[in-house]
Amino acid sequence: MSDQSAPSEPPCSRAESCVIACADAWRNAGEVMASPFGNIPSLGARLAKVTFAPDLVLTDGEAALMIGAPPLTTRPDALVREAAMPYRSVFDVVWSGRRHIMMMASQIDRDGNQNISAIGPHAHPKVQLVGVRGAPGNSVNHPTSYWVPDHTVRTFVEHVDVVSGVGYARAAAAGAGATRFHDVRRVVSNLGVFDFATPDHTMRLHSFHPGTTVDDIVNATGFALTIPDDVAETRLPTPEELELLRTVLDPGSLRDREVKS
Amino acid sequence: MNKTTTVDDIVGELRSGMTIGIGGWGSRRKPMALIRALCRSDLHDLTIVAYGGPDVGLLCATGKVAKVVCGFVTLDSIALDPHWRAARQHGNVEVMEVDEGMFFQGLQAAAWRVPFLPTRAGLGSDVLTINPDLRLVRSPYGADSPYCADPADADVDLVAMPALHLDAALVHTNRADTAGNGQILSPDAFFDPLFLGAADRRFLTTERIVENGKLTDEGPISTVVIHRLMTDGVAETPGGAHFTANPPDYGRDESFQKEYAASAGDPVEWETFAQRYLFVTEDEYQAHVAERRTP
Repeated sequence: MSDQSAPSEPPCSRAESCVIACADAWRNAGEVMASPFGNIPSLGARLAKVTFAPDLVLTDGEAALMIGAPPLTTRPDALVREAAMPYRSVFDVVWSGRRHIMMMASQIDRDGNQNISAIGPHAHPKVQLVGVRGAPGNSVNHPTSYWVPDHTVRTFVEHVDVVSGVGYARAAAAGAGATRFHDVRRVVSNLGVFDFATPDHTMRLHSFHPGTTVDDIVNATGFALTIPDDVAETRLPTPEELELLRTVLDPGSLRDREVKS
Repeated sequence: MNKTTTVDDIVGELRSGMTIGIGGWGSRRKPMALIRALCRSDLHDLTIVAYGGPDVGLLCATGKVAKVVCGFVTLDSIALDPHWRAARQHGNVEVMEVDEGMFFQGLQAAAWRVPFLPTRAGLGSDVLTINPDLRLVRSPYGADSPYCADPADADVDLVAMPALHLDAALVHTNRADTAGNGQILSPDAFFDPLFLGAADRRFLTTERIVENGKLTDEGPISTVVIHRLMTDGVAETPGGAHFTANPPDYGRDESFQKEYAASAGDPVEWETFAQRYLFVTEDEYQAHVAERRTP
């Protein structure tokens, strides 16, 4: 018997809350390319596609669009492809705006700037990261969200070291060319969900995952986060979603390896 | 015209200080036989322009590189090439780091012989501060122009991505013919045609050279995405993209790639790796790879 006074055990793992939070990023997205990075965002996109966002377009991770939302570990030769999508065509999609990407961030800041280039000064990096990749172009051309599997004061920082993905203040300063299609939607971390629905488009706590508290999140964040009075828990998965996730999309539980409960 | 040549003759046409574009993407279909030959050569102070993978890592590790133009350097299954990380953290190489799409437009501008192409990519990001010579361009089509399709774009400032002009381009294909046509049988040609278009001297290596007119026996004409107006020489190097992925001929040699990545951690391991796999002929290299596969 559990102690009546102890907090109730969440009915899903932390990783499963993260998947749900990622899936909801693509709610009402319509017929756009979903480009998730990381296992949990990939599961989120697939879960969205098989439930409430059936028109999402997913790639096979190589050079084609694939049909359906197969399990994460499906062998490449078992995927059914519907159209070619070489990298050169991906840029056509990026610049057309018909895409919502969820990138990872080694650092993210209050304005929604993301860094995947280098820690420390770019000219003499303390730690070289992968490079800006497509982040500058993605963030000013189509909806962009971020996934941060390790929410700490080192990842949620006041100012990122190298602005790769562009946040709100930087886009505004760059002018209409940058703001016209700029839309940083949400940030999902292992602790909660964040958006930029504040008057100055700085980061706001949207929801905290079951099993965490607002204090946990504030203590793990290296800047002043807006906390609404009525902030809620991240929604729980429906029984159908949980079933799909556990038995179809990710029976080997790659999700729980990316984020521990 | 017969454009068949050898890897050594291609390297013989290159000079120290040149800007060299390398086809492929990350750890996929890289002209690795040529990279290995470059590592063995006396060339130095090269500027490498690439969607970076182990080509960049190896050339940095062997001290061939003064500058890299890239948006990333990745081994795909290993997020970051540790040899590249080491070169950057030790301050050994200069870098022009740009958005992947800006990079595409830089090659396109060079291939189309215009000085720049406009793009939103880069606006607001530190790409413009870490590359202080990059400039913006204002749309000449104001709200009163008949060509202003949308008032939101009137007088808009965009990044003027400069042409990435190449002295030479190096690309690996699945097949090629004696006349210098190149065939890519894998599902993504990446930006290889643009690297060739952006370059003064254009070289292919390939798994197999066939007679001119016989590429359609290997795959549909739509896979022959490199035509002979785009090339100056072609060399046959079976296994020439190893250890990067080169489907349908072979996948990435993940075990070899791990050994390559691990060698960045310690000078003794790097010396062992380099002696066995770099400072040998291509035939010896391929023999060592074959031995490695058979326990």
